[in-house]
Amino acid sequence: MVDITPADAVPPAEVAEVELYHPHSWWTKYVFSQDAKVIAIQYSATATAIGLVALVLSWLMRLQLGFPGTFDFITPEAYYQFITVHGMIMVIYLLTALFLGGFGNYLIPLMVGARDMVFPYVNMLSYWVYLLAVLVLVSSFFAPGGPTGAGWTLYPPQAIMTGTPGGQDWGIILMLSSLILFIIGFTMGGLNYVVTVLQGRTRGMTLMRLPLTVWGIFTATVMALLAFPALFVACVMMLLDRVLGTSFFMPAIVEMGQQLQHNGGSPILFQHLFWFFGHPEVYIVALPAFGIVSDLISTHARKNIFGYRMMVWAIIAIGALSFVVWAHHMYVSGMHPYFGFFFATTTLIIAIPTAIKVYNWVLTLWRGDIHLTIPMLFALAFIVTFVNGGLTGLFLGNVVVDVPLSDTMFVVAHFHMVMGVAPILVIFGAIYHWYPKVTGRMLDETLGRFHFWVTFLGAYLIFFPMHYLGLMGIPRRYAELTDMTIMTESAHHLNSFISIMAFIVGFAQMVFLFNLIWSIRHGRQAGGNPWRATTLEWQTPETPPAHGNFGKELPIVYRWAYDYSVPGAKQDFIPQNVPGSFGLGPSREPA
Amino acid sequence: MAETTLTHTDQAPRPEGWQGIAADWASDQRAFKNVSWGKAMMWIFLLSDTFIFGCFLLSYMTARISTRVPWPNPSEVFALRIGGSEIPLILIAIMTFVLISSSGTMAMAVNFGYRRDRRKTAILMLLTAALGATFVGMQAFEWTKLITEGVRPWGNPWGAAQFGSSFFMITGFHGTHVTIGVIFLIIIARKVWRGDFDTGRPGFFTSRRGRYENVEIMGLYWHFVDLVWVFIFAFFYLW
Repeated sequence: MVDITPADAVPPAEVAEVELYHPHSWWTKYVFSQDAKVIAIQYSATATAIGLVALVLSWLMRLQLGFPGTFDFITPEAYYQFITVHGMIMVIYLLTALFLGGFGNYLIPLMVGARDMVFPYVNMLSYWVYLLAVLVLVSSFFAPGGPTGAGWTLYPPQAIMTGTPGGQDWGIILMLSSLILFIIGFTMGGLNYVVTVLQGRTRGMTLMRLPLTVWGIFTATVMALLAFPALFVACVMMLLDRVLGTSFFMPAIVEMGQQLQHNGGSPILFQHLFWFFGHPEVYIVALPAFGIVSDLISTHARKNIFGYRMMVWAIIAIGALSFVVWAHHMYVSGMHPYFGFFFATTTLIIAIPTAIKVYNWVLTLWRGDIHLTIPMLFALAFIVTFVNGGLTGLFLGNVVVDVPLSDTMFVVAHFHMVMGVAPILVIFGAIYHWYPKVTGRMLDETLGRFHFWVTFLGAYLIFFPMHYLGLMGIPRRYAELTDMTIMTESAHHLNSFISIMAFIVGFAQMVFLFNLIWSIRHGRQAGGNPWRATTLEWQTPETPPAHGNFGKELPIVYRWAYDYSVPGAKQDFIPQNVPGSFGLGPSREPA
Repeated sequence: MAETTLTHTDQAPRPEGWQGIAADWASDQRAFKNVSWGKAMMWIFLLSDTFIFGCFLLSYMTARISTRVPWPNPSEVFALRIGGSEIPLILIAIMTFVLISSSGTMAMAVNFGYRRDRRKTAILMLLTAALGATFVGMQAFEWTKLITEGVRPWGNPWGAAQFGSSFFMITGFHGTHVTIGVIFLIIIARKVWRGDFDTGRPGFFTSRRGRYENVEIMGLYWHFVDLVWVFIFAFFYLW
């Protein structure tokens, strides 16, 4: 147990560098705000808005797949545009932006006991560049030829050729420009998140006392700062190929019977660069979810997280390993068998730290005082979904199993389960959990439970049958699944069923959005700490927290974030800023 | 502005070995003791930027080793005719000398900055900026020469098309870094000259007060740009 020093011996650590810009007008308070909390809400609102676009695109795709030939306006070109923009928005502009820009901005300063991010001005710029990136992406819908239809992986050479929608029009140029802007904007924010966690903590907040939420977001941000450069370079090079006619990724190739000017480039090089970003990206989305779900489970099961240190090291190990597995996305591109062996091995090794985390979540629940609140329901749903999606990952990590399955619906089912549904469930849980802190009011319970059950069961009804379709050999990426011998009558029915479920789940999200807006004014008053949680964001003097977060003096941290149900304590939680042991039984904080 | 002193109140002995290293990193408030926020941020940005240049250079090397047509000979391509004889790599040698020298003046500026010698600091920073601008100017000259000889991003008279594409992309990206550096050198030199770091004048955009440490942070960026040039020089011109 860590020695507890009396409060007066240590003055609150107000770092000399803290100089906050206090807003003077409505514009600087709500629009060009330097307050991380306002920036977080701006990020979240923008990400949600663009996410709705992606949701509508998925509906259009399901209309086509479920009822082929019925909707004339969904041409094959349009279908490819939908699939491309849907994937790109969901992975980058929604999940990455919401976890790091949204939750990162809101929670990091509050949870580490800082007044704001270390460089609020740069942080503000980060949002505005992100918004610009989103606008450039949206503008491609209105450009001649529409958005790119190259698939979210943008593989050359087809991405910049005539047959691909947007390939010889504006689509691909706007897509690549938007990604470059996103990376610039993210870097400005990401540097802030990392330095705030490393250098801006309050007194007593050692790294090993950080809530796991911060650990997840922090590690993901470090990974993003090292992985996005590869995407940046790939985008610059493909932009040059498309605009200036260079041949970085373009081999000698014949298009429409004509030899193109390109010569000697390597499409595989693009794949390496893309997946060197692309695989860490999976964990950039997953690690914040891991962190947040740990805190949700611990808080709502009133029990300290099991194996805190192991959880931290597992996050770091997953982050490091994810940089050496990228080529498992390229088994079907062809590679030396020993390389395949290497990447299959590293891929399967990731299962070890991941399994440690799952065991620890379950052991945290074990004999806990489980409250089936809505955040807890979403957290439990996450564990189940993540295990399901992860298990199919074990199949796809092996070369011989991946090769036949790679271009089928099985892969669609796998990655939607593991990096689509699972992180989104955590996002929902986190919104239900922190909404009271952001607005001062609770979200409506009845609507919330409706939203949870429809989303959770619906997601399974959508993606579980897809595994089956994939094992039947139904290919992905096909705009129309008719007139194929493998496409049996029952497979058609299953496809229609999946589409109907997609609409129902999408409708539940509208209920959720209504709840979000309605509860701002009409929700039940929450008070400062409705979940009786220990972490610092619940101990602020005001709710929602004012600019500067903590009033006159920063809190001092005396304990880890997980002192729930400490034997002998009056309450079943002890906030991190409460000093003294009060003659209690031993805290379970690792020494 | 004084740094917060960080004293360890708990005198518990640190564990040995790896556990001790982890405990030090994880210790109270700051992972890097007495490193300011700005300096930490610049270092982490440079780490990220290293990955960008690394990816650029690796892509260039991939193109160069996998091409099936000859790669133009850098000694001939980058030669200048001076006094009737072709001198290989002479321009690059001068450019490299200029840029490395600017690292020297930058280091001196940092030193004089911490001695609160405003005049010398500003002059040395402007000198650094001038050397940087000279470098960019010579690069423009080099680009012009190659373009008049027929080198284009999509092809050149001597061999693999990727020669021109990689050359313009990588030196262009580096030249952009130098240019941005020159602009910020001038901005910070002006602040030093005006005494902003003594009077605590808030920044126009950020409304934060600067410190003489900003000169050092600027220097970190500048040295990084120079170091990257050494790698570009080695991998592009000397290979």
